[in-house]
Amino acid sequence: MKNEKNPPLDRVDGRMKVTGGAKYFADFAIPNMTYCVIVGSTIARGTITSVDTKKAQGAPGVLGVFTHQNMPPIPGWDGPASKQADGPPPKPDTEEKYRILSSPKILFDGQPIAMVVADTFERATYAASLVKATYSKQTTRTDLEKHKKDEITPRGGDYARGDAKAFESAPVQLESEYTIPIEVHNPMELHGIIAHWTGADQLMVYAKTQGVNSTQQAMAQAFKLDPKNIHVHTEFMGGGFGMGLRTWPQETATVAIAKKVGRPVKLVMHRSQMFTMVGHRPYTAQSIQMGADKNGKLVSIHHAATAETAKYEDFTEATVNMTKFMYDCPNVSTRYRLVRLDRSVPIWMRGPGEATGAFALESAMDEMAHKLNMDPIEFRLKNYSETDPEHNRPYSSKHLKEAYERGAEAIGWKDRKNEPGKSKEDNWLAGYGMSTGVFNAFRWEASARVVLNADGSLVVQSAVTDIGPGTGTALTMIAHNVLDIPFERIKVEYGDTSLPKAPSQGGSAIVSAVGSAVFDTCTKIKNDLFELATKAGAPLAGSKAADLSIENGNVFISNDSSKKVAITELLKANNLPSIAQTADSKGSAELEKYSMYSFSVHFVKVKVNALTGAVRVTKAVSVADSGRIVSPKTAASQMIGGVTGGIGMALTEEAIIDHRYGRFVNNNFADYHVAVHADVPAIETIFIDKPDPIINPMGAKGMGEIALIGFSAAVANAVFNATGKRIRQLPITPDKVMQEA
Amino acid sequence: MENENNAGEPESTGASRRAFLKQSSVLAAFALTPPAAVHAVEKGLDEKVAVAFEQQPLRVEVNGVAQQLSVEPRVTLLDLLREQLSLTGTKKGCDHGQCGACTVHVDGQRVNSCLTLALTTEGSKVTTIEGLGSVDKLHPMQEAFIKHDGFQCGYCTPGQIMSAVACINEGHANSPDEVREYMSGNICRCGAYANIVEAIMEVKSKGGRI
Repeated sequence: MKNEKNPPLDRVDGRMKVTGGAKYFADFAIPNMTYCVIVGSTIARGTITSVDTKKAQGAPGVLGVFTHQNMPPIPGWDGPASKQADGPPPKPDTEEKYRILSSPKILFDGQPIAMVVADTFERATYAASLVKATYSKQTTRTDLEKHKKDEITPRGGDYARGDAKAFESAPVQLESEYTIPIEVHNPMELHGIIAHWTGADQLMVYAKTQGVNSTQQAMAQAFKLDPKNIHVHTEFMGGGFGMGLRTWPQETATVAIAKKVGRPVKLVMHRSQMFTMVGHRPYTAQSIQMGADKNGKLVSIHHAATAETAKYEDFTEATVNMTKFMYDCPNVSTRYRLVRLDRSVPIWMRGPGEATGAFALESAMDEMAHKLNMDPIEFRLKNYSETDPEHNRPYSSKHLKEAYERGAEAIGWKDRKNEPGKSKEDNWLAGYGMSTGVFNAFRWEASARVVLNADGSLVVQSAVTDIGPGTGTALTMIAHNVLDIPFERIKVEYGDTSLPKAPSQGGSAIVSAVGSAVFDTCTKIKNDLFELATKAGAPLAGSKAADLSIENGNVFISNDSSKKVAITELLKANNLPSIAQTADSKGSAELEKYSMYSFSVHFVKVKVNALTGAVRVTKAVSVADSGRIVSPKTAASQMIGGVTGGIGMALTEEAIIDHRYGRFVNNNFADYHVAVHADVPAIETIFIDKPDPIINPMGAKGMGEIALIGFSAAVANAVFNATGKRIRQLPITPDKVMQEA
Repeated sequence: MENENNAGEPESTGASRRAFLKQSSVLAAFALTPPAAVHAVEKGLDEKVAVAFEQQPLRVEVNGVAQQLSVEPRVTLLDLLREQLSLTGTKKGCDHGQCGACTVHVDGQRVNSCLTLALTTEGSKVTTIEGLGSVDKLHPMQEAFIKHDGFQCGYCTPGQIMSAVACINEGHANSPDEVREYMSGNICRCGAYANIVEAIMEVKSKGGRI
C-alpha cells in the first residue's frame, strides 16, 4: 500500500443521491403494502383506564387496531438479552419494565398506546385519530434539577487518582456548573420500518438502522428465529447520529403486527414521535472543580455529571471520561450519576457523552485560563499530556500540538484580545474561542468479501450501512490503495445482511474496522495474484512474491517494471472467471499497549449583538488529528457536518418539557431549532493527516465524533471573549446573553 | 389522580367527516342503482362504494408525462408522488412544511409537496428530482452537488437541489449570504450547508436560467 496522502474522490454513491435513485427504507414498494400509524399517550405517567378503538376499527380500509388488549405476543422479548443491546433488554434492577403495547401502564410521554394498520397512509392516519383513550394520571417526574437527590450510581463507579484534597490548597480555584439540555438527533429521514413476512418463518425487513446485523440479531431474538431466516436491508439511511444504534420497540411491534395482518406493513413515524420513541441526548448537569498553581500548571480536576434516564432502563455514557486523561494533572477524580425519570430512554447522540463532558471541561479550561490571565492555548499546552495519565501508557499517536498551531494560524488567533469585551466589528462585539475534542479510536472486528473479475473490475462487499459519512467511498479508496484498480472499476456493495458481517455504523469506528477487513481481503487477492504470476510456467516464474508490486492493472517486479503481466491475463491463463476472498479482521494484542484516541481542535469567531444578545458564528476552523485520512473529500464533509451540528448544539438546540405534564412543547422542526443555512458560515477544515502506526493497516483513526466534540465549548468561550459573559447552560440563546449582563 | 381524554382532533359528537361522506355516498348509490348498492352494503362492501365516490379525477403533468389520476381530496402531492406514482426521490421529513425535504416544482415554482394537496395541482406541471436530470445526463445543479459534496446521507438532497434550482431562477442567488437566506427552508442535518452554498454559487456563476 502506498503510504501517501489520498486524493479527493467524489462520493461513489453521489449519482444515486442527486438523482433520487438512492432507496431509503420507506422507498421500497411491495405489493399489498399496508401502512401503520402510531397513537401516542398524552400523559407521561399513569394508567390507561379505557381505550376505545371501535370507530377506528370501523373506519374505511382499516385492517387492524392494536393496543395492549390485543397486541400479538413477541415471544423472545423476555428471554435472556442478546449480546447486542436490542429490543428492550431486561434490566432487573430498574423499577419499571417497558414492553410496547403489553400493559396499560404509561411510563413516558408519547408512549405508543395503539398501532393502526390500514391499506393507505391517509386511511391509517385518519383511523389513528379516532382512537380515544382515558387515563388515570399520576404526578410526573421529568425535571432532573428537582430530583437530583434521587440519583443512582450506575455500574462503572467513580474514578480517582492522586490526592482528593489537593483542590483545597490549590492557589487558583475554579468551581463551575454546566448544563446540557435534552437534544434530539432529528435525522432528516423519519424513523420506521417495512416488515414483510415472505414465509411462515421468513422475514424481510427494510429498516432505518445503523447496523443491519444488529437489527437481524434483534429480530431473531424477538421472534425466536434463526438469524439466517431474517433478511435486513439498509443500503441508504437518511442520517442516524446514534438513534439507529438499537432496534426500537415499535420496529419489533410492526414486525409482529405484519405477521398478524398477513401483509407487509410500512411504518413511517411522525416528526413529533422522533422526540419520544428513538432516544435523545440526555439532559445532564455537570460541575467542575479545578485547581491550578499561579504558573498555570493544573493541580486538580474534579468532574461530576448527573444525567437523566428512563424509569425502565439505565442509559449511561462516557460523559466524564475525557477529564481522566486529557490533561497532565496529578489529582483527578470523576463522578457519574443517573436519575430515573418519567422519560423515554436516551441513546448515544453524535459525539455521545464526550460532547456533553467536553462542553464542561473545555469551558472550565477557558475559565481557568482567564483567571490565570493566560492565553487558552498556552494554558492547554502547559498541561499537555504526552502519555495517557489514566492508563499510564503511550498514545498510539497524538499530534494535538500541531493541531493547535495550525488551527490558531487559520482562524487568525493572533488578532484575539485576551481581555474580553474589547473587540468591535460593525457595531457587534467580536470574539474568538477554541476548545479541544477527543474520542476513542477503536479497532472492532469486521469481515469483508472481495471479488476480482476476469475483466479487471473489483467488487467489495460488507454488510455495513453507510449512514452518510462516505463509507462506500472510503472502502473504494482502501481497495484502490491495495490493488491499484481504477476507482471507476471498483463497486462497493453494502447495507444488507446477505453480505459479510460488519459492526453497526457508530463510534467513528467503521473505516478502522471494515476498512481493515477490506484491506486484509484485498491483500489476500494481491497475494493470490502474485502466486499466479510466479508459479511454474507463469510469466514471472522464479520471482519471489516479496519482490513484486501491483500497479495499473499489472503485476510487475518492483525494481524492473518491464517484467510484468496483466491481471486480466493471469486470470485468463488460469481459466478463472474471478478470484474471491473473504477475511475477518481484528486488532492484535499489541493494541492493548496503547491508548488510541482521535483528537480535534475547534476554533470559532463569533459576533454578538450587544442589544439583542444574538450570537452569530462568523468563521469556524476545525482541525482533526485522526491519523491518515482515507477519503479527504468525504472526511472534510464530515468535519463541516460536525461544526454545523455544533453550532446547533451551542446556540439553538433544546427540547423543552413542560414539567407540569412531562410533555414536550417544541417537538417539531419549527420550534426545535437545528442549524439552517443562514446559521452556518464557510468552514475551514484542516487534517493533520499523519498515519497512526498502531491501530490498523491504513493508519486511520475515526473522525465522526471529534468533528462535534468540544465545538459548543469553543462557541461559549468565544462568546465570553466577545462579551465577558460566561454562559454555562446550553444553548446560548439571546435571553441568556442579555440576562447575565 | 384525574382522568384525561386523549387529545385528538376536536370531536363533534357522532358522525365524522368520513362517516358522513360514506353515508351520503351510500344514499346516492341507493338512488342510482338500488339493487346493486343494497347488495353491496349487505355484503359489507359499502367501503368500496364510498371509496369510489370519494376519489376525484386529477389531470397533472409530472416530469413531462401527462397523468390522469383518481385521488382522494386529502392526499398530499408528496404522498401521491411517493405512494402512487413511485417517484420516491421526493422525501418526507416532517409532513409539516418545516424541513424542505419534499421540495418539488409546480409550474416552475418551488413548493413543499407535503403542504400541497394533490388536487390543487390540476392542470399544472410538476417536476421532481427524477425529472430534473438522469443518472446518465445530470442537471448542472446535480453535477455541482457531486463536485462540491453538497450532501452526506443524501436524504435532504433532492429537496435541496430542487430548491437550489428555483433559488437561482428566482434571482435569489446573488451572494453566498443571499443563498443562505433563501435556502434556509431546506434543512440538512448532516450539515452540508457550506458545500451546498458553494455548489449553488458555482452554478449561478455560469449565468442564465437553469
